[in-house]
Amino acid sequence: MTPNLVYVVVIGVLFAAGVSMVLERSLTRVLMGMILLGNGVNLLILLGGKAGSPPIVGSSPQEEMADPLPQIMILTAIVITLGMTAFLLALAYRSWALSGHDEVQDDVEDRRIMQLAERDEGSGIDDTEDAR
Amino acid sequence: MLLAILVLHAAAALLAPALVRRIGNNALYVLALVPAATFTWALVRRPPVAETYPWVPHLGMDLALRLGTLSWLMLLIVSGIGAVVLAYCARYFPDGDPSLGRFAGVFLGFAAAMTGLVIADDLLLLYVFWELTTVFSYLLIGHRGEHAAGRRAAMQALVVTTAGGLAMLVGFVMLGHGAGTYRWSDIVAGPLPAGSATAAVLILAGALSKSAIFPFSFWLPAAMAAPTPASAYLHAASMVKAGVFLLGLLGPLLALTEPWRPVALVAGAVTLLLGGWTAMRQHDLKLLLAYGTVSQLGLLTIALGAAGRAAALAGAALLLAHALFKAALFLVVGVVDRLTGTRDLRELSGLGRRMPVLAAVAALAVASMVGVPPLAGFVGKETLFAAFEHDPLVLSALAAGSALTVAYGLRFLWGAFARKPGVQAQSPPRAGFAFLAPAALLALTGLAAGIGASWLDGVLTPYADLFPGPTGDHLALWHGFNLPLLLSGVVLAVGGALFALKRWPARRLPAAEAVYQRLMAALDRAAVEVTGATQRGSLPFSLGVILLVLVLLGASTLLLTGPWETGVRLWDTPLQLVAGVVVAAAALIAARSRRRLTAMILVGVCGYGVAVLFVLHGAPDLALTQFLVETVTIVMFVLVLRRLPVRFSARPLLASRVIRSTLAVATGLVAAGMAYVAVGGRIAVPISGDFAEPAVSYGGGHNIVNVALVDIRAWDTMGEISVLVVAATGVASLIFRRTGALQRRRAERGTTQVQPEPGPWLRAGDNPEAGRQSIILQVVARLLFHTIVLFSVYLLFSGHNAPGGGFAGGLVAGLALTTRYLAGGRRELNAAAPVDAGLVLGAGLLTAVGTGAAALLAGGQVLQSALLDVHLPVLGHIHFATSVFFDIGVYLIVVALVLEILRSLGAELDRQHDVAAREAKRAIERQKEPV
Repeated sequence: MTPNLVYVVVIGVLFAAGVSMVLERSLTRVLMGMILLGNGVNLLILLGGKAGSPPIVGSSPQEEMADPLPQIMILTAIVITLGMTAFLLALAYRSWALSGHDEVQDDVEDRRIMQLAERDEGSGIDDTEDAR
Repeated sequence: MLLAILVLHAAAALLAPALVRRIGNNALYVLALVPAATFTWALVRRPPVAETYPWVPHLGMDLALRLGTLSWLMLLIVSGIGAVVLAYCARYFPDGDPSLGRFAGVFLGFAAAMTGLVIADDLLLLYVFWELTTVFSYLLIGHRGEHAAGRRAAMQALVVTTAGGLAMLVGFVMLGHGAGTYRWSDIVAGPLPAGSATAAVLILAGALSKSAIFPFSFWLPAAMAAPTPASAYLHAASMVKAGVFLLGLLGPLLALTEPWRPVALVAGAVTLLLGGWTAMRQHDLKLLLAYGTVSQLGLLTIALGAAGRAAALAGAALLLAHALFKAALFLVVGVVDRLTGTRDLRELSGLGRRMPVLAAVAALAVASMVGVPPLAGFVGKETLFAAFEHDPLVLSALAAGSALTVAYGLRFLWGAFARKPGVQAQSPPRAGFAFLAPAALLALTGLAAGIGASWLDGVLTPYADLFPGPTGDHLALWHGFNLPLLLSGVVLAVGGALFALKRWPARRLPAAEAVYQRLMAALDRAAVEVTGATQRGSLPFSLGVILLVLVLLGASTLLLTGPWETGVRLWDTPLQLVAGVVVAAAALIAARSRRRLTAMILVGVCGYGVAVLFVLHGAPDLALTQFLVETVTIVMFVLVLRRLPVRFSARPLLASRVIRSTLAVATGLVAAGMAYVAVGGRIAVPISGDFAEPAVSYGGGHNIVNVALVDIRAWDTMGEISVLVVAATGVASLIFRRTGALQRRRAERGTTQVQPEPGPWLRAGDNPEAGRQSIILQVVARLLFHTIVLFSVYLLFSGHNAPGGGFAGGLVAGLALTTRYLAGGRRELNAAAPVDAGLVLGAGLLTAVGTGAAALLAGGQVLQSALLDVHLPVLGHIHFATSVFFDIGVYLIVVALVLEILRSLGAELDRQHDVAAREAKRAIERQKEPV
């Protein structure tokens, strides 16, 4: 198959824009980045199949039909994205309501381990004290 | 029968806690019947016995059980001593000890695993049981989990024996791979498989670590943190014997490899001497026995690792003798500990006079241990000396070790029972018969085994005959005057002198334990460093690493596989270029935008543009769904963003912005490159070419995409709608967070149901938000609502043959609800959909699952669809596929998802906002009031 240049370029732009948004800390922004990335991935999958007329039997000869398989997968992906968007939006709102912002914070446990590493200490998992 | 024994043990283990709870400590007598019955069966039934049950046929793995002479002996030891120790536990544990139920269950579970270990014929099966014993011993050692020492000891035993066990597994796999079978009885019959030497070393590592042989000895004394009966059973009679048992089992073949004998002999000799030496220095009676056990295991390793006929015979006899006397001695320590409250020999005095029976039992067991005729220990040791008569090096090690054994044996007796000057003599309560009987039984059995040496010789010879060597050696009490007898005498004399000569200073912590602790600390440090370096706890960092890997892998693959000989076409129609430019421009501006609303609208434009690209590629179903989803998404965003700050929070620093942009551009380039190369490189014929015909004949529809969703890939769709249900529930639970939210939600719904009168046609009158809403919009929304819903139902049913289907239909209905909400607020929404969204979600899922189940009940596969023809009076002839019901389920779930979103992100946020505004207003008024 010969690739369609417009689609290839659009995929690249969607990925780049999506990644640049995903790499930030504001959850709503991350979410928008995910949506852009998702669109890019959907197009990438779509491009894997042949373009053509709608895959509806009887509306056109089978040889002219677009490949239905990528479409089936993408349809699922689109609707899942809707569910995920709703959930993350609720999460962002909750975060804002509780802490006044919707930024993704650093993981406290990971921070603690990094501090241990900086101080050249072990995790102290070896029990030394009796439970009361 | 062998399988029945295993099942019986496992069942007893499961029942034990309940039984103990019901009838208290006496339950242990009942439970002891299981190993006792096994013992009786084994005593009557002689080897060989073999049974095979299919287990994992496609791996060639069977439940292959086999009872050879050695495993028969081990089965007797494991079941016999298990029964005795269980009976002992009934008196050892105080009445009503809450932890006894758990202990009994784990103990029997251990007994089951140990039984399985000795009767397994398949090496992998053996490994499974081997590790099970490790796990159960972990639980038993850590039985007193509230003590740090117990937890540490349990962890240490687990780490050491599991590490050895893993090495052993590799050895087993090498052996089984080389031989082409894992059945030991088959492997041993064939020649030595290739690579056996390495396998032998690995297996030795496993066996020696399990038996606490040098350099792995240190875990066993620490494991004395276990309750004494558990120590008696695990760390004297059964589990630590697993290692030497394995040596004895695999010896007939693996001793042919180079490393086997030297490793076993050297490790055994070192352990024998080191253990005995350390035992001399202990003050704690239990620790003394523990180091004595380490020493004796060294002796057994020499005997069973030497792989000679006489040594093997002696090893088997010593295996039995050691189990009997060491278990008896542990039980004696348990009695002393329980009655006096101490195990420290510096505090014990005068017990011998106070408890003569106990002292006699201990003396009998020690006599067997040090090799006094006519006890079992003497018989074994005598034959062992004879076996190494011509090997002065090993013989001298054996003699020296035995002399140390005599010394610490005497020290034990002296320490526990003698009167010591300057120490207050104790007068503990007397031990009852039931508490003493188990130890006495074991000690007396040791005596009987010694006297019945010729019988023992008869039953153990078949095992010894597996090994090469002169056939003259026998187990007997009297061999005449010879070197072994002389040695026995000398050993007793020297040992006695060693004990009398010197009061030994106390010493703890052999070097190996320090090494272990340093190793564990280093491992811990390394884990902290690695985790600290890789888990930075920052989402952008983690994502960045993942994307970087994608870029590096993708780019290198792309560059290495070039040059790509694909042509390129600019576009199919110029319309694609227009849509493409819009999408690209919107995406780029969105990425740079600092205002939430702007970014969101641009992302929406992007989505619509992608929908156009879908259409132009021949995917109308996708485009329809994408349009609808994008619309719902925009509504959702607006609902939430109206509460969030206008701008995104502060931008990251310039340097990190540059890194991010670089990574973003690189990812974009790689993605575009992959799209270009993958599409151009496609040569396979798509599988979907075969979809068209069955879509009509089986699926009963012309729209291939829709038929596939509800038929070929129905399982996939089922998973997807489940995700939607979870997402909807998650959204609701994140937003309705205050207490009483659920009741309020029900009550709010109830207002529309309870009022029998319909009330005013428009809700704006009684709506607190009336001022913000347009009446005209409300009227239009009302008028359009039913039309849109009807259209959504049309989409649902026509989807089988034209673009549409459950998803699209559900989204359209959801948008109808959205219109009502946007026009009239939450009351209007409740009027439009006077149901709980959760109920609709459930109904949808039920419909979908019910369709699948109905197909199953009708004799088809789950979710298989059938074509039905029905003739209805008015509508006429109807032809439809049952998968349409599945699609109805999808429709309901999507409607409910949108409804839940509107209720949560819309109505509930409004309410929370109103409450907050009211409170703020009240606060201001309060400030204005004169004080």
